[in-house]
Amino acid sequence: MSEFLQFLFSGVTVGAVYALVALGFTIIYNASDVVNFAQGEFVMLGGMITWFAHAAGLPLPLAALIAIVATAALGVAINKLAIEPARGAPVVSLIIITIGASVFLQGAAQLVFDKQIHSFPAFSGDRPLRIGGATIQPQSLWVIGGALVVFAGLWLFFTRTLLGRAVLATSNNRLAAQLVGINTNFVMTLSFALSAGIGALAGVLATPITLTAYNVGIGFALKGFAGAMLGGMGNPKGALAGGFLIGLIEALTAGYLSSTYKEAAAFVVILLVLFFMPQGLFGRKSTERV
Amino acid sequence: MPKLSAKSATLLVLAALIAVTPFFFPSGYYYRVGALIFVNGLAVTGIVILTGYAGQISLGHAGFAGIGGYACALAPTHLGLHPSLAVVLGAAISAVLAWLVGRPILRLKGYYLAVATLGFGILVAMVLNNERALTGGPDGIAVPDLGLRGLLKDWGLELTNGQFWYFFCGLVLLAGAWIALNLHQSPTGRALRALHGSEIAARTVGVDVARLKLQAFVISAVYASVAGSLVALQNKFITPDVAGFMHSIEMVTMAVLGGAGSVLGAIFGAGVLTLLPQALTVLAEYEQLVLGLVMMLVMIFLRDGLLPSILRKLRGTGE
Amino acid sequence: MTLLSVEGLGITFGGLKAVNDVSFKVEPGEIVSVIGPNGAGKTTLFNMISGIYQPGAGRVVLKGEDVTGMRPDLLARRGMSRTFQNLQIFQAMTVLENAISGFHLREKGPVLADLLNLPASRRRSREAREGALALLARVGLDRAADREAGNLSYGSLKRLEIARALAMNPAVLLLDEPAAGCNAVETEEIDHLIAEVAASGTAILLVEHDMKMVMRISNHIVVLDHGEKIAEGAPAEVSRNPAVIAAYLGTEEGADADG
Repeated sequence: MSEFLQFLFSGVTVGAVYALVALGFTIIYNASDVVNFAQGEFVMLGGMITWFAHAAGLPLPLAALIAIVATAALGVAINKLAIEPARGAPVVSLIIITIGASVFLQGAAQLVFDKQIHSFPAFSGDRPLRIGGATIQPQSLWVIGGALVVFAGLWLFFTRTLLGRAVLATSNNRLAAQLVGINTNFVMTLSFALSAGIGALAGVLATPITLTAYNVGIGFALKGFAGAMLGGMGNPKGALAGGFLIGLIEALTAGYLSSTYKEAAAFVVILLVLFFMPQGLFGRKSTERV
Repeated sequence: MPKLSAKSATLLVLAALIAVTPFFFPSGYYYRVGALIFVNGLAVTGIVILTGYAGQISLGHAGFAGIGGYACALAPTHLGLHPSLAVVLGAAISAVLAWLVGRPILRLKGYYLAVATLGFGILVAMVLNNERALTGGPDGIAVPDLGLRGLLKDWGLELTNGQFWYFFCGLVLLAGAWIALNLHQSPTGRALRALHGSEIAARTVGVDVARLKLQAFVISAVYASVAGSLVALQNKFITPDVAGFMHSIEMVTMAVLGGAGSVLGAIFGAGVLTLLPQALTVLAEYEQLVLGLVMMLVMIFLRDGLLPSILRKLRGTGE
Repeated sequence: MTLLSVEGLGITFGGLKAVNDVSFKVEPGEIVSVIGPNGAGKTTLFNMISGIYQPGAGRVVLKGEDVTGMRPDLLARRGMSRTFQNLQIFQAMTVLENAISGFHLREKGPVLADLLNLPASRRRSREAREGALALLARVGLDRAADREAGNLSYGSLKRLEIARALAMNPAVLLLDEPAAGCNAVETEEIDHLIAEVAASGTAILLVEHDMKMVMRISNHIVVLDHGEKIAEGAPAEVSRNPAVIAAYLGTEEGADADG
């Protein structure tokens, strides 16, 4: 029992990171129908920039803030320089562009930083908390809390603020949104900033536990996407639930089946979802217009 | 003078390049580089069928290359198969896997295929890295000799190792290009290009879209598998890197750089991206940076790829 | 036996009834037109009949077989073909290749034969090519055969789409605004073509805004407004129907008549 609880804790912890990545996917997908494969790199950048700034002597909170702001700025730059010029391009082109951005950021990270594995101290110490015979790192609570706070914040933003509603309107119908005077380019910029910032935050929160390196992004992207898809592409609630579920499935696979192949769990989930319920847990069937 | 068909022209240009370039090689080393270009060109020709013709994308085709490569390492020692039959076995396993993975995915839109193939490639690389007892793990494993060079020697044709692989891979590439060009002008190829243009219209003329995409996916997987086998046999050694994510990305980049819509263009792209790191060894550090940049720039500014754009300039049509 | 029978067809988009309880029949060789104001649900109705949307209610029966919501490629095998309001042309292919693609069901064969360019594959390609050239001549596009389809004028593309649909030798052909965006001469050409096709025994189901054309060539007209059928009958009857006139003029009575 305590063993199960232990797996549960670790599953919820990584699941929170995947949920944050899935939320990042969802924001951009809703605003533009683009699946941004560079989403995982934002997590990597969040961790790497924080480590770098902290190692250079800055206090951790400041280093984290710099990482989040810098990553958000990079997200905006990717949108402006690579996505916007390709508006209207076929899906395959957009996939190649965002994968290109992902590979580029990886390449840049190994040049600017290095190829080593890094970490920085946990926010509230390393002494594990004992709950029901299992232990949990204080940092895990930071990660889980971060995911929930971000989700709540997004919910408030999208339902309670004019700007948030403008983003929603754009995701429903771009042309109509333009007609009622919404600056859809600004909405795109905002979505990328938000999405990249959330990704970086995930990296900041998770690095003391998961460690970081220039090449961790693609794994986060794959699992975050699996979470978003499991929940139903484009649905924030689904992204949150899907992300946590992927984390749990992975932790239970590692615990009970094989720790070597826990990485495969997300992929198996992707295939099963595609087989049995392509619209995901919370998704709706969409009708294509011709 | 009868007009040369695009197919014959492409094959003639390729054959001429393969035959004539060695006269300009300053050293035997260049046969190796040439063979590498041809192997990459073969894998990328498969991408042309999948991406250029059918408009689908795979971010995990290196997984199939890995299967083809390791089949040549494992089947001869464990099953007692001749290496040439191991190539066939690898291709068959790749085809079956592609069919199994592709079947659920290809009914859905592009993003799902991209992610699922990405995951598939990572999974194959993971297995190759982890099953040390069988695959030797990250350090790689030895691959037996194909034996064909010895056979040719017995028949009186003596080639250096580099020369042999240069011409052998060149011939395989020619065969692969011939098949891909056949497909282009065939009923199946037309249906693939039709569903690329408009899935909905393709359906209304009776194209079974899911089935055709699956066919393209399986065919392209076989190309990647054979390419992987050739790399393994030529190097007499293979590591899991052949199945790695970056190798998948390289394949896609080569195809779109040269022009995924045309066989010659894609092979040209394979040539450029294979030569680049050879020409500029200082670039090794920047390889990923450059790859990523090339992917973005080509998709934004040269969506048809380098070769079609150059040809258009030469013709001066300005279209 | 009735060729195509639409029975109580309906669909809802986000709580809104886009099409509700629409029924009518199409007999071989007949030209049946579906008319109605913008947003009346004509294209949605077409998309349901041709298997692109899954109907929420009702049935589509083709030659006695229930084909409701069947995949378009399976409908094609059963003799249904269509064109699109907003052109669905294979832009990167030549005009001839576009027309050949209409022969897909007859020219397709084992993929291995295609890969290896076996004689059987070449023969299938050649036959489809000859058929396609004949069709292009029929719609006046034979001289453009080798041009890339994306470079053609709008009116030519409309004709190309019809040629592609005709290549299947369909029992019933759905034409969604074939004359939209065409000039007077082009409209008349399409007009003749439709009459000719119907005369050869293919039933035509037509959505069209050009009322003169509809009145001239239709055997039977179905009128939709706000997703519901408000009238049907011969052209002369329909044009005198007060509910139809009201729907087109958009008066209060018109709105009531939707009921």
